[in-house]
Amino acid sequence: MECAPCSPPSTTGKHESGKDSALIYLDNNATTPLHPRVLDSMMPFLRDCWANPSSPYRFGHQARDAMEKARERIAKRVGCKTTELVFCSSGTESDNIAIRGVAHALSSKGGHIITSTIEHPAVLDTCKALERDGFRITRLPVNRDGLVDVAMLEASLCNETILVSVMHANNETGAIQPIEKIAAITKKRGILFHTDAVQSTGKLPLHFDGLGADLITFSGHKLHGPKGIAALFVRTGTPLAPVISGGGQERGLRAGTEHVAGIAGLAEAVDMAFEEQEPENRRIGLLRDRLEKQITASIKDTRINAVHAPRIPNTSNICFHGIDGESVVLGLDVLDICASTGSACSTGDPEPSHVLLAMGLSRREAQGAVRFSLGRDTKEDDVNTVVQALSGIVSRLRSISSL
Amino acid sequence: MDSEPDRKGPVLFYTKAVIDHFMNPRNTGELAEQDTDGFGMAGDPECGDQLKLWIKVHGGRIEKISFKSFGCPGAIATSSMLTALATGKTTEEARSITDDDVIEALGGIPENKKHCSLLGVRALQSAINDREARIREG
Repeated sequence: MECAPCSPPSTTGKHESGKDSALIYLDNNATTPLHPRVLDSMMPFLRDCWANPSSPYRFGHQARDAMEKARERIAKRVGCKTTELVFCSSGTESDNIAIRGVAHALSSKGGHIITSTIEHPAVLDTCKALERDGFRITRLPVNRDGLVDVAMLEASLCNETILVSVMHANNETGAIQPIEKIAAITKKRGILFHTDAVQSTGKLPLHFDGLGADLITFSGHKLHGPKGIAALFVRTGTPLAPVISGGGQERGLRAGTEHVAGIAGLAEAVDMAFEEQEPENRRIGLLRDRLEKQITASIKDTRINAVHAPRIPNTSNICFHGIDGESVVLGLDVLDICASTGSACSTGDPEPSHVLLAMGLSRREAQGAVRFSLGRDTKEDDVNTVVQALSGIVSRLRSISSL
Repeated sequence: MDSEPDRKGPVLFYTKAVIDHFMNPRNTGELAEQDTDGFGMAGDPECGDQLKLWIKVHGGRIEKISFKSFGCPGAIATSSMLTALATGKTTEEARSITDDDVIEALGGIPENKKHCSLLGVRALQSAINDREARIREG
């Protein structure tokens, strides 16, 4: 049980992306399976063309050439210049490069940073670290539907403000933040704006240049790419001090030998996500809506979080009153269904979700939350199976609940 | 669920016994009023878990024990195991059951779930105290 996803594949066959078909995987906001097409695009750079792209001979040039072609493909899809992409190892690192990079580049100009209460720990903890270093941090509240208060943002800006960092789509609720509005405000005031778009890249028709942010974070493994590769969009002219120094790779903004295979895989994954985005998102959105409709119809006392907010189409966050979300998750796990109580990054933390608490839910309510994040492997039958499993688990847990 | 993880290092996942007690908790529900000799309740302010526990004592021994729990798998499984351990014991023996006894009986529990096992132990002690108070008050 502990290693079910890692155990030898079952004999019942495989999904297109190589995942064990006996497993119903509804945790695509945590990570997604590597698509075989992506794996194929990476293999030549792991097996044959493994040279260092900085090397001075033709073998090295081949690796550099492949990397730059991948960069061009990504830039074209997301709508930016090739010189505006900095590759790094994870969404977390990308967030760090952006926030620490701006903080250190502009510390003489001012020491005030604005973020929100619902950010990923990669942003929250980075801001906390900067706070210890003397920066002043304003954390914007959200409304009952998990949307950042733009008026409050405007009111919080001051002459000392050097950066605003507000995520695009929230990883726990899927709520899409008013990024364009925020970008319009920061642009007018000449303040830099970073957005963590890890959960929206590939799920929304993004155009980085048009989005208006100066810094945008996205990651490979959330869109069927490999783990260990991510990027930061850095708008031309954005002042940024490097966090990792060394050999000057990535225009001096992120030293370290480039992960050529990962970059090739990221290009393939981005291509795939953008090619199939519209029909795939419509399909997933319909399944998500069906899941929510069936759950609320067959299980009493539930609450769909952020239901009135615009949401990415794959995410559903539901509170089951009177029981604990982690117990629901384990009950599902025993039936080979993967869901989570929120962000995988804070699993094991007894605190209820900081996102749901920020939305004004009580600790008791927040404790009953379960996140379902659908993906390209999710089928109609999976929804029925999950709802059936949930009804049993929830009624069993409620029958022994002391509340 | 076929193989138990290597137990040489810290316990990172739920053991088979924990999952068994979570999926099939023993002694759940409330005891009827006329059957209840003692009632105890414990809450964990850290994680919000809550436990209610009832005992019936006959001939100095815990004849019946039952619980209801709002909590995580760790809280449910440790409460279930506690009731299994306490059944048939004298109230004095039951009072001396520790959280470590419960954890050991379950073959271990992840480090961040250890505090869950205190809930059952505390609720049982408060139920035994309640019974003694009821006897004193006649």
